[in-house]
Amino acid sequence: MSLLQTRPALPSDDKRWKLVNAAMRRNGYAGHALIETLHSVQESFGYLDEPAMRFVAGSLDLPLSKVYGVATFYHLFMLKPKGRHACVVCTGTACYIKGAGSLVDAVEARFGVKPGETTEDDRLSVLAARCVGACSLAPAVVVDGDLAGKQTADRLVAKLEELA
Amino acid sequence: MNLDDLAEKAEEYRARDAGITHEVRVCVAAACQSGGSLPVLEALKAECDSGGTCKVKGVGCMGLCSAGPMVAIAPKGGAIPDSILYREVKPEDAADVLASVGGAPVERLHTPTDQPFFARQQRIVRENSGLIDPESFTGYVAAGGYAGLIKALSEMTPGDVLREMTTSGLRGRGGGGYPTGLKWSTVAKMPADQKYVICNGDEGDPGAFMDRAVLESDPHRVLEGMCIAAYAIGATKGYVYVRAEYPLAVQRMELAIRKAKRSGFLGSKIAETQFSFEVEIRLGAGAFVCGEETALMASIEGLRGQPRPRPPYPAEAGLWGYPTLINNVETFANIAPIITHGGEWFAGIGTAKSKGTKVFALAGSIKNIGLIEVPMGMSLREIIEEIGGGCPGGKAFKAVQTGGPSGGCIPAAHLDIAVDYDSLKTLGTMMGSGGMIVMDETCDMVDVARYFMEFCMSESCGKCIPCRTGTWQMHELLDRITKSKGTHKDLALLEELCDVVQATSLCGLGQSAPNPVLSTLRYFREEYEAKLTAE
Repeated sequence: MSLLQTRPALPSDDKRWKLVNAAMRRNGYAGHALIETLHSVQESFGYLDEPAMRFVAGSLDLPLSKVYGVATFYHLFMLKPKGRHACVVCTGTACYIKGAGSLVDAVEARFGVKPGETTEDDRLSVLAARCVGACSLAPAVVVDGDLAGKQTADRLVAKLEELA
Repeated sequence: MNLDDLAEKAEEYRARDAGITHEVRVCVAAACQSGGSLPVLEALKAECDSGGTCKVKGVGCMGLCSAGPMVAIAPKGGAIPDSILYREVKPEDAADVLASVGGAPVERLHTPTDQPFFARQQRIVRENSGLIDPESFTGYVAAGGYAGLIKALSEMTPGDVLREMTTSGLRGRGGGGYPTGLKWSTVAKMPADQKYVICNGDEGDPGAFMDRAVLESDPHRVLEGMCIAAYAIGATKGYVYVRAEYPLAVQRMELAIRKAKRSGFLGSKIAETQFSFEVEIRLGAGAFVCGEETALMASIEGLRGQPRPRPPYPAEAGLWGYPTLINNVETFANIAPIITHGGEWFAGIGTAKSKGTKVFALAGSIKNIGLIEVPMGMSLREIIEEIGGGCPGGKAFKAVQTGGPSGGCIPAAHLDIAVDYDSLKTLGTMMGSGGMIVMDETCDMVDVARYFMEFCMSESCGKCIPCRTGTWQMHELLDRITKSKGTHKDLALLEELCDVVQATSLCGLGQSAPNPVLSTLRYFREEYEAKLTAE
C-alpha cells in the first residue's frame, strides 16, 4: 500500500461538495470524523444518497458498509429527500401526554402520511421527534424549522394546509 | 495566574458597568426564544437609553419556561428572588417594562418571585442561569467564574482535588449515581500517557431538558468543571458530546470554547501553568442509546453507537482504548463550586447518602412547567404541590414519572417520600437525569407503559437479543392489552418477559426497559386487569 492515498475526486462541481470536503479536511480525513462528515453532507444536501456515501467512504478510507451502517443507525440521518415542507411532531413524554398522538392521527387523516413519509406531490414530509426539549409548550411541532407550541389537531392541519 | 490576579480581572470587568444600577434581563434560552424572546430583547435594547443607569442583556434560563418569554428587572448582580419578574412579555411591552425600573411593577405582566417556585429553590448548578449572559466570557468571570479552576491549579495538587471531590460526596447526575470522587480517583490511578475527559450531553430522556438549559445558560461552568477534572486525573483532551437536536446549546458551547481558549483558560499552558487541556464538540445524531457511556464513546469514534460489555470500564479502557472519565453535564457544573467552597460545604447539603442539589424538569400536567433546583431529600409532595403548583384545572394528581424510559411511576400514596437516589429505587423507579412528568386522573397508565415500550423498542440498538426482540414482544403485548384484546395469559407472559429482559440485556437501555411496565403493574395493576378480556 502506498503511503500517499489517492482520494476520490469530488462527485460533481456542485460547490456544496467543497463544504463536505472541508469538514473532512478539518479532521485530517480520519475515520472517526465519519459522523461529523455525514452531518455536513446532510446540512448541505438535505439527505444522504448513495453517491454521497460512496464519496465519503472513499475519502475517509472506510468500507461503504460501515458508512451505510452508521447512516442507517442514527435517526437523524435521512436517506431520502424531504418534501418541500417538513412538519416535525414532537412525541416526547410531555407532548404525548398532552395529545401528540392526536396530532399525528389528524395529519395522517388529512394528508395520508405517517411520520417518516412524504406526500406523493412532494409537498409535505411528516417526521416524529423523540423530544425537541420544548416540554413547557407541549404539544409542540416544528414546521419548516419554526417551533410552534400548544397545538391542537385543527390548528395544526389548518397551518399545514396554508403551506404552498 | 493566581486567585488575586483573577479577582483583579473580575473587578476590571465589573468596573465596565460602573454606572449601571439595574439590569433588564431577557431569557434567550431555547424555550423562551421559541416564544419570541429575541424580538423582545431587540425592542428593549432599542427603547433603553444607552447612557443611563440601566442595562438590557440576554441571559440564560430563569426556570419558569411555560410563562416565557421571561424578563427580569434586577438590581445589578441581584438574584432572581430579588428581582421583578415579568411573564409572556411582548415587544410592545418594552416601554412599560423599562418605565418600571426602580419603581412599581407592571401589574398585567408581573409574576411574584416570593411564590414557592422561586423561594423554595436552592441554586448551585443554576446559580448563574438567568443572571449572566451565556455568550459573554467576561460576564462569567465577573460573576466569580474560573475561580475554582485557578484555585485548583495554583493552590492544590491533583491529589487534593480528588480528596475534595471524595469529601463532597457528589454522585453522578446522569442517573446512575456513581460516586464522582471514586470515579475520578480510578481514572487518576491508571498509568497511561493519554487520558480523556468526556462530558455527556446526550440528554435523550423525553421530558428532560436540564442539561440543555445548563449548556445554553452557563456553558463556561461546564468547561471549568471539565478542566478541573482533567487536571485531577491527568487528561489533556476532552470532548463535549451534545445532541444535534440542541442547536443553540451546540452554538453556545462552541462560542464558550473559543472564548476560553482565547483567554488562556483552555489550550496549552492554562493560566501560565504547565497544564494543557483541549476540548472539542462532538454532535450526536439522534440515538437514545448513545447516552450509555460505551455507546457514546463508540459514537465519538465515528462508529454506530452500540454499547459493549463492561468490564473493562471506561476508566481502564475507554475512548480509543485509553483511560477515560465520563460525567454528565450537571455533574461537571457542580465541580467549580465544590472546589471554591470546599467538599465539606457541599456535603452539608442534601441527605446522608445523596449530597448537594438536583435539577429537575417539571412537565406534563402541572401548573408551573419548567426547571427547578432543590436540595436532595425534599419530598415529592413539596416539589409537585408547592413548587410545581399541582395539576391545573382542578384535576386530581395520579402519578409522577421519573427517570424517563428507564424509570417508573410513583403514585399519590408515596408522595411524601424524600427524593434521593436510594429512596426512589425502593419505589421501583430511579432518579434518572431529572425529568419529572406529572400525570393527572385522566391519564391511562397502561397506555403510558406502552408509550415507553415503543420508545425503547425503536431506540434499541439491536446488538443483544433480549433487548432487540424482548422490547418488540413486550410492545406487542402492551398494544394488545391497551386495545382490550389481551388475555390473562398475555399479562403473565408480559411479566415473565420483563424479568428476562431485565436480567439478560447487555446495557442499561434493555435492563431498565421493563421498569415502566413493572412500576405501573405494581401500583396500577387494576388498570391492566380492567382491560383484559376473558379467554
